[in-house]
Formats: sequence, structure tokens, C-alpha cells
Amino acid sequence: MSDKTVLFEIKDLCKAFGDNLVLDHISTNIHQGEVVVIVGPSGSGKSTFLRSLNLLEEPTGGSICFEGLNITDPKCNINKYRQKIGMVFQHFNLFPHKTILQNMTLAPIKLLKKPREEAEKEALELLKRVGLEEKANAYPSQLSGGQKQRIAIVRSLCMNPDVMLFDEQTSALDPEMVGEVLGVMRDLAAQGMTMVVVTHEMGFAKEVGTRVLFIDEGQIKEENTPDEFFKNPENPRLREFLSKVL
Amino acid sequence: MEEFKQQFYLNFIEDNRWKYITNGLGTTFTVTIFAIILGVVLGFAIALVRSTADKSGSKNLVLRLLDWFCKLYLTVIRGTPAMIQLLIMYYIIFASPNVSKQFVAVLSFGINSAAYVAEIFRSGIMSIDQGQFEAGRSLGFSYAQTMWYIVAPQAFKNVLPALANEFITLLKETSICGYIALTDITHGANTIRSQTYSPMLPLLAAAVIYLIIVSLLTLGVGKLERRLRTDVR
Ligand SMILES: Nc1ncnc2c1ncn2[C@@H]1O[C@H](COP(=O)(O)OP(=O)(O)OP(=O)(O)O)[C@@H](O)[C@H]1O
Ligand SMILES: [Mg+2]
Repeated sequence: MSDKTVLFEIKDLCKAFGDNLVLDHISTNIHQGEVVVIVGPSGSGKSTFLRSLNLLEEPTGGSICFEGLNITDPKCNINKYRQKIGMVFQHFNLFPHKTILQNMTLAPIKLLKKPREEAEKEALELLKRVGLEEKANAYPSQLSGGQKQRIAIVRSLCMNPDVMLFDEQTSALDPEMVGEVLGVMRDLAAQGMTMVVVTHEMGFAKEVGTRVLFIDEGQIKEENTPDEFFKNPENPRLREFLSKVL
Repeated sequence: MEEFKQQFYLNFIEDNRWKYITNGLGTTFTVTIFAIILGVVLGFAIALVRSTADKSGSKNLVLRLLDWFCKLYLTVIRGTPAMIQLLIMYYIIFASPNVSKQFVAVLSFGINSAAYVAEIFRSGIMSIDQGQFEAGRSLGFSYAQTMWYIVAPQAFKNVLPALANEFITLLKETSICGYIALTDITHGANTIRSQTYSPMLPLLAAAVIYLIIVSLLTLGVGKLERRLRTDVR
């Protein structure tokens, strides 16, 4: 693993909301092609950690380097940098006033200055990959939750990101729709996409994850390969956590 | 009936008195339309400052100063009658016979309307889910681009009814133009009344004209709303 390119180099990352220290000196590296799954109790700082990676939360301490660039440096152009990082939210956050195709092509056209035809062609190919090409001209309100989340994923992919962040991407979905979204993510992983995934889907963590992090009280309390993580948990808090969710 | 004909002739035909109404209509239109444009542009700008300051927790000093200034502006404008504002603009701020009265009216009503439009836009922007901002920013859009491409269009759609109401209020408010001797519909009708000593027809005519314009405006907004509602079919 260490010979692979490091994408994220995270050193002593801290985040406090007022007096509340939510991230407490988190350090880890994320390499190209990894699927890092983050689990932990509610309120432990998983979302905050993930959102710090694309600076939706501004860290209050430590540093994050992405592809060798210190993104926590105030001089860094975060808009340029965010183009390389896809993010998928629990509540999809599709743009309701735009069609599916417009949702997908807005950023490539405005930010990457792609010609409309090219952007639409690429978007349609991605739609085909997730089996939703017939929805190209529909509006988000006309889709099911699972469909919306698949669109949210391919909308991010339209920017050709180097890494994808997922924050409980299936938590707002009816159970029968979880599978279709995880399926898309599985395909992504198989194609070598680097992913950081906050989830309660332990099955997904075991099957697709290359590394699992247990975050508790703002710290990485344990990290391991999925096999070891679930078979031989060492931290007592992790054992307790796993006994509840498995 | 004979009586009505006589009255009609007296109030509108004789001495071409109908021209007071039609000229007044032109003035009302001009003042309203340009005041709306000024109000929307200025109001949108104020709403941007106010909502940005609200969202960012006012860390930026320049922004905080601007926000404070906007608040002051809103307090003063919304706390004083439009008529006083118009009179101050005409008699104190410009205080010159050479300035166009229409220009003064547009400026005064535009600045007045902007205060209300600003609060309408701001509530619209604040009502858009934070997730829309985050989705925009995470794709790489700047704050301004996110606002322009993603948040503002949705906010605009949501506040369209309130905005239309404000435009209707503004249109009717222009009926005080007469106080700076600008002949709008109301002043025109009133001039006829003072010449013919017969109040009924001129004032009714003015009322009917306002009613027709407002109805047309309401109709147009209804149409626009339905067009913009494509996404919730
Ligand atoms: N914007 C904010 N302002 C203040 N406190 C916040 C903010 N966002 C998160 N917190 C606090 O930070 C802590 C961690 O929140 P976070 O959302 O990262 O937890 P989480 O691990 O994702 O939990 P969950 O599994 O419930 O999503 C919580 O105590 C929360 O109250
Ligand atoms: Mg969370």
C-alpha cells in the first residue's frame, strides 16, 4: 500500500465548534485506489472529518495535503481543488430547478468550459452506466430516492474527480433502494476510484472496503483491513459498537 | 343615460380632457416600471449582502460594515412613509426646478421598493436548503457562482408571489406623484375633477384603470409561476 501514490496526507487535523472539539488530532494517509470506510457512533465526528476533506468544514488545526498541495493553506484556491473531489450527500442535494441532464452538465460547462454537446454526451454515457438514460430530461422530483442518489453520484463523476466522498449515501433511502446505490459504488471501486465512505452498511464495508476506520470521540480509535477489523476488533469501544450494529 | 353622456362629454371629451388620463397613464407606467427595475437590482444586491453576512457568521469586517449599512437603510426606508421620502427627494435632495420629476419619482420609489424587495429576496435565499449551497460548492463553484446558478433561481421562484405583491403595491403607491406635481393617472383624474367640479367619472375611471393594470399583472405572474413550476409536475 505504501508504494501507491498518496492522495490525502492528513496531519493532526482538528476541528472545534466553539468549545466542542469534534476532531481531535486525526492523522492518516489515503492512497490512490483505496476505499476507506469510516464507521463510528453518532456524533463522533465522521461527517465533520469527511467534510473537512473538501473544506466544507474549515479545520481549526493541523493540515491536509491533497496530491502534494496543502489545501489548508489560506492561499490555496479551494474552488479549483474541489473540482477534483466528488461529494455525495445523504439527502442527494440535486438541483430541483434543473433537469437531470442539466444537473450533470452545469459544472462541466461552467467550470471546465466544456462545449455543451460534449458535456451532454459524457453525461448520457454515465447515465447509461447507471441505467437511467431515459431520465435525462426528467426533474429530480420525478425520481425515486435510489434514482436520485445514483444521479447525485454520476453528477459528481461528470467532473472527473480523483476521489469521491460519500456521507451516509444510503441512510435516507428505503431498504429496497439501498442495493442499487451500493451497486453503483461497487462498480466505481472496481474501476479503481478512490473513495472515502461514511456508512452504516457494514456489509459494504466488508465487501468493498480496503480499509476501515473507527472514529470515536473525534479520534481514529482503530483502523484495519475489513477482515481484521470485523474479526478481531481490539478497542473495547469498537467491540461495543460492533456488537450493536452487526 | 342622457345624464351619463353629458357627464362623459364634460369630463373626457371637452377640451380633450381625456389626455390628462392617458398622459397620466404613461407617467404611471414609466415611473412604476423603472422603479421596479431599480428596486429589484438594488434589492437583490442588498439581499446578497444580508444573506451572505447571515450565513458566514459575519467574520469579514467589510461584510459586517456593509451589512450594518444595509440594516440602517432598511430601517429608515421601511420606517418612514413613501410620501415623505418622495417629498424629501424632490424638495431637499434635488431642490432644483431643472431636474426631471419623473426621474425623482423613479429614484424615490425605486429606493423605497428596494427595501421591501431586499427582504423578500433575503427570505427566499434563506429558505433554500443549505445542502444546495454545499452541493454547489463541492462541485467547485465559488460562492457567487453557487448563488447565481443554483440558489437565486430557486429563491426567485419561491418569492415570485410576494414579489408580485410588492410590484402591485408600488404601482398603487405611485398615485402620490401628484404631490410633486407630476401628472400620473391619479393626478390627471384629479385635475379633471377640479376643472369640471364633477368627481364621479374621472375618479372612477382612474380606479378602473388601476384595477385593470393590477389584474393584468396578476394574470401575467400566474402564468410565469406555472411556467417556472416545471420541476414539480
Ligand atoms: N455546524 C456545527 N456547529 C456546531 N456543532 C456541530 C456542527 N456540526 C457538527 N457539530 C457537532 O459535532 C459533533 C460531530 O458531528 P458529526 O456530524 O461529525 O457526527 P457524525 O459522526 O457524522 O454523526 P452521525 O452518525 O449522527 O451523522 C456533534 O457533536 C455535533 O453536534
Ligand atoms: Mg454524519
